[in-house]
Amino acid sequence: MLINVPETVVADALRGMAAAHPELIVDVENRVIVRRDAPVAGKVALVSGGGSGHEPLHGGFVGPGMLSAACPGEVFTSPVPDQMVRAAAAVDSGAGVLFIVKNYTGDVLNFDMAAELAEDEGIQVAKVLVNDDVAVTDSLYTAGRRGTGATLFVEKIAGAAADEGQPLERVQSIARQVNENSRSFGVALSACTTPAKGSPTFDLPSGELELGIGIHGEPGRERRPMMTAREIADFSVHAVLDDLEPHNPVLVLVNGMGATPLLELYGYNAEVQRVLAERGVAMAHTLVGNFVTSLDMAGASVTLCQVDEELLRLWNAPVCTPGLRWGR
Amino acid sequence: MERAGLYAGAALGQVSEVNVRTSQGDPLLDADFFRRWMTAAAASVDREAERLTALDSPIGDADHGSNMQRGFRAVTAVLEREAPDTPGAVLQLAGRQLISTVGGASGPLYGTLLRRAGKALGDAAEVTEEQLADALRAGVDAVMALGGATPGDKTMVDALVPAVDALGTSFEAASAAAEKGAVATTPLQARKGRASYLGERSIGHQDPGATSSALLIAALVEAAGE
Repeated sequence: MLINVPETVVADALRGMAAAHPELIVDVENRVIVRRDAPVAGKVALVSGGGSGHEPLHGGFVGPGMLSAACPGEVFTSPVPDQMVRAAAAVDSGAGVLFIVKNYTGDVLNFDMAAELAEDEGIQVAKVLVNDDVAVTDSLYTAGRRGTGATLFVEKIAGAAADEGQPLERVQSIARQVNENSRSFGVALSACTTPAKGSPTFDLPSGELELGIGIHGEPGRERRPMMTAREIADFSVHAVLDDLEPHNPVLVLVNGMGATPLLELYGYNAEVQRVLAERGVAMAHTLVGNFVTSLDMAGASVTLCQVDEELLRLWNAPVCTPGLRWGR
Repeated sequence: MERAGLYAGAALGQVSEVNVRTSQGDPLLDADFFRRWMTAAAASVDREAERLTALDSPIGDADHGSNMQRGFRAVTAVLEREAPDTPGAVLQLAGRQLISTVGGASGPLYGTLLRRAGKALGDAAEVTEEQLADALRAGVDAVMALGGATPGDKTMVDALVPAVDALGTSFEAASAAAEKGAVATTPLQARKGRASYLGERSIGHQDPGATSSALLIAALVEAAGE
């Protein structure tokens, strides 16, 4: 691994991020990344966060048109309430703060505690939970569906709504609408190596793949002999469409897990588009690249987000962040 | 942003010179005992960090050891710095420190366990073993309410509930019960936390949270033996 010691991985990355992005305020000690012009008068602020190891999520999505602040935790570990309260206080203009929370037990507990503490400080807080991963059965017997690729759609579209000056309640309902209309499915061709462990988180022989993985190096639901991009696209897109059944066009995110080359991701996208066409699903816009990663895991996830005209307009609105940038 | 209110309130000094003494046949536990408990827990987590992380690899995300280590090292440091002078203050400060430094699910859950137990002990300078057992039961109840887990879900609750039940007998009995509870998570299918994503594939692995909970209870025996 290209690191110094495991203990300083997150702090070292934040120092590097600060140097590369003067448009952001990167508080290395307190682990908060804030857009430099915050708080923006009269506008709702968006705060997200989660374990590190998913870059560019979330810190790379801080900037005009998307997040106001992000809180990076240790690798694959939710940040602590202190970070979230500090971020909320830094970005709140008085119009309120939306916490965007991926559905993992740790993230939910820490953001809940932070929301209480922030409200004690007079900050109006609303929350939205992202849970788009169809590989997990949402039942009493699991922690519920995981938040994965849809996080990008929620942060971008809700960010555009906030940028337009829409009130907190409306920004929250748009964020919920995006989540409810998004589904994801991911596969891994290799496990990932966390700095703390220094070896792969699970043993995946070459010639096999894991179907239904999350973004934390945890194994998936099922292991199979290696499949072609065509077969993986069939399996993944059908899994998503069986759950979503879109009647409107969809945004498509073909997302690399960190170690899969763009050459392969584009080839995979061609197969994804083929399945969508076969199923009669209209595509509004497609994004291919590494956006919600899992350290050095090889593999890819597909996220579909059904959009009406309003959501598509907000998706196309200008955004200017290290990880996502267009239109201005 | 400084939240002085959250961390303040631990007066210096006033450390009792008598650690354990007998009143009506029941040994009394003072702030020093509770500090020794936390220190022993920190040392135990240090020793076992690699094993906790290894247990967390097949059914989690391979960081439970390092997260607990970071938290309990911070607890040891803050207890030395602020020297809280009642059992309740020691546990509340330790709990707040875990919430502020661990992250993940373990931070809020372990933090809540100790904070709630500390609150239950009030501001008494010394408490009985029975009061400690009642306080820990309140802490475990709070953990179950926060995380939504019940016994059999393959979580820390599987070590803590039998431990609290056995605390009325002795610390040794509680420690043995916690260890037994942790080992007994192996054949279970996880229904809470990250391991639950694996469904049936979580079967056959001992739960890392139950294992660290057993370490915390075993540290009571060490603290009493010193």
